[in-house]
Amino acid sequence: MLEIKNLVVQIEDNRILNGLDLTVGDGEVAAIMGPNGSGKSTLSYVIAGKVDYEVLEGEILLNGENILEMGPDERAAAGVFLAFQYPLEIPGVGTMTFLKACLNAQRKARGEGELSTPDFIRKVNAAAETLEINRDMLKRALNVGFSGGEKKRMEILQMALLQPQFCVLDETDSGLDIDALRIVSEGVNALRAEGRSFLVITHYQRLLNHIVPDTVHVMSQGRIVKSGGKELALELEASGYAEYRASEAA
Amino acid sequence: MADVTNLRTAAEAGLSKLFEVARMQFPTGVSIAREEAFRYFEAVGLPSRRVEAFKYTDLRAALKEAAAPAESPAAEVVRAAVQDAKGFAGIEAVRLTFVNGHLDLGASDLDRVPGQVTITPLNDALANGDPLLDRLAPVAQTRENPIYQLNAAFMADGALIRVAAGAKVETPIHLRFIGTGSAAFSTATRVLAVVEEGAEVTILESHEGPDGIAYQPNDALDVVVADRARFHHTRLNTEGQAAVALSTISARLGAESHIETVNLVVGAVLSRHQIYLHFAGENATATVNGATMLGHGQLADSTLLADHAAVGGVSRELFKTVIDGDSTGVFQGKIIVEQIAQKTDGKMKSDCLLLSDDGQMMNKPELEIFADDVACGHGATCGALDDDLLFYLMARGLPKPQAESLLVQAFLGEAVEAVSHEGARAALISEVEAWLARRG
Ligand SMILES: Nc1ncnc2c1ncn2[C@@H]1O[C@H](COP(=O)(O)OP(=O)(O)OP(=O)(O)O)[C@@H](O)[C@H]1O
Ligand SMILES: [Mg+2]
Repeated sequence: MLEIKNLVVQIEDNRILNGLDLTVGDGEVAAIMGPNGSGKSTLSYVIAGKVDYEVLEGEILLNGENILEMGPDERAAAGVFLAFQYPLEIPGVGTMTFLKACLNAQRKARGEGELSTPDFIRKVNAAAETLEINRDMLKRALNVGFSGGEKKRMEILQMALLQPQFCVLDETDSGLDIDALRIVSEGVNALRAEGRSFLVITHYQRLLNHIVPDTVHVMSQGRIVKSGGKELALELEASGYAEYRASEAA
Repeated sequence: MADVTNLRTAAEAGLSKLFEVARMQFPTGVSIAREEAFRYFEAVGLPSRRVEAFKYTDLRAALKEAAAPAESPAAEVVRAAVQDAKGFAGIEAVRLTFVNGHLDLGASDLDRVPGQVTITPLNDALANGDPLLDRLAPVAQTRENPIYQLNAAFMADGALIRVAAGAKVETPIHLRFIGTGSAAFSTATRVLAVVEEGAEVTILESHEGPDGIAYQPNDALDVVVADRARFHHTRLNTEGQAAVALSTISARLGAESHIETVNLVVGAVLSRHQIYLHFAGENATATVNGATMLGHGQLADSTLLADHAAVGGVSRELFKTVIDGDSTGVFQGKIIVEQIAQKTDGKMKSDCLLLSDDGQMMNKPELEIFADDVACGHGATCGALDDDLLFYLMARGLPKPQAESLLVQAFLGEAVEAVSHEGARAALISEVEAWLARRG
């Protein structure tokens, strides 16, 4: 599904990713853990196509096709989705207007027809219900005045509607209370499917109790320094990142 | 003497000549006021950038020639123009149609004016010495404005609208101004709306005309909002691309009255819309918004004067300008709080969105406060679209132009939202969408 080869990325002359390799298979849930500032969010932005980052080397292949030349909108239409660590507030843009515009833009890019308004509303309402999102929130401007947890739920709602192939969740668990963590995790699990893969960035094992990963990768100083199964997350929880920091320094 | 004459521009000399001819043809009512207005204009001339109030909008440079006042167009010309007219077209309204500045009775709905409303063509009022004429020019400061005084000198047609005390008029009155023709012309219209005590009315005003013709409309709307009356006004400037469009709304506000006036500008190579508010009675409230979208070569000026002369007035002014290409936006806003006007609450804001590197926005906010217990403020912002917001929208699949459009709509939306007539609000939103679609 996704293959990242020797990715080297800088921003304003600071190297942030230093030859990162990562492969996520079809239907796989891969977790990335790593210290603050190790480049996890940077990786997620580079996958989604943010322009501020300069890719010096390497490639990102989605189903064998290099997506680095594509704009963020084209990547979205190709099936990439990023649930932001800090979802943005967009004053004046109604949530429903936004959702409909996104959905139809992606359909159009794929040569599909527009969704009818009743179909659209039905889909949104169904997704909102599973994620226990209040209808009133849908009437407000996108993310404006939403609590941290509400914003994260709204990200998952978008993911559920857009049905992407490759989903990057950047610290979706931060800011969620215990119930919300369960609800959001169930939402994600419901989307797990053969043709859909996830890259789950988190600091805490507790998310991975709900969304059980197939693989766990440790990121440090812009590289994947260790990979393993779900037990790796438990080890990290116990021992921290000291070992990886030391190995980098050596 | 010789020097002074030499300094007059061709346009100023032309206007004097045109006035000599025109003054003989007007009905006699207000002829003294006309003479005075023109003498005032002659004395000050077309304002150049050296005149403080016209610092950013040099009319002397912009108006090279004085176009002759338009003749009343033939019936088939009117018919064609009305058929193509788009401004507020889908809205159920009582229409007063002005073609090239002349009220066309055939294309107007004077036969179905709601009860409690009277509408009199300006020329009938002048010929008959209508007592409402005394209510013209409700704000004193307009007498020192060359644009308004030119209108006063040349006003060739218009209407007097009176809404009887207590009347709540549901159907809006639509002042539809259509320009047509293939050569430059000028127009000067004056509409007076007197909303009597406790009455409520909505006036829509649309302006459109041919592209490529440097026509020169000068339209004035005088408003008297009596005690506890409510006046809603939505204005749409979709003038032709080469028009030099001047306009003034001046309103006198009675006690506890309310005015809402929202102006959307997309048209004209140069436009200046002037708003004069005189808070005459206590606790009057005003919402004054502007939404302007400018492209290559355009200049749009919004100039506001809010004169608080009574206790407890509240004014909210929000002007939003989108600048594309090498266009120029101008906002000049002055809030005066007279000594007597304690507890005045006036807030004025101008926000500008720059879509290009070549455009510019000029802001000139002024507060003149002579009372001590007031809350007044102004603010101005100017910036490009937020890259992070654009990325967020694009990461959800919106192509860049669509993402930009959504953000521009959101930016202007704040000013347009204040329009209380649903159909008019929707019409303004459509204009924003159409502008964005043309921009591509
Ligand atoms: N725009 C920028 N300009 C300069 N440095 C940046 C910029 N964006 C990120 N960085 C730096 O890149 C490094 C990696 O940041 P990133 O946000 O990817 O880390 P992270 O692993 O997501 O951290 P966290 O766990 O705290 O979310 C940090 O040192 C950060 O300061
Ligand atoms: Mg991060």
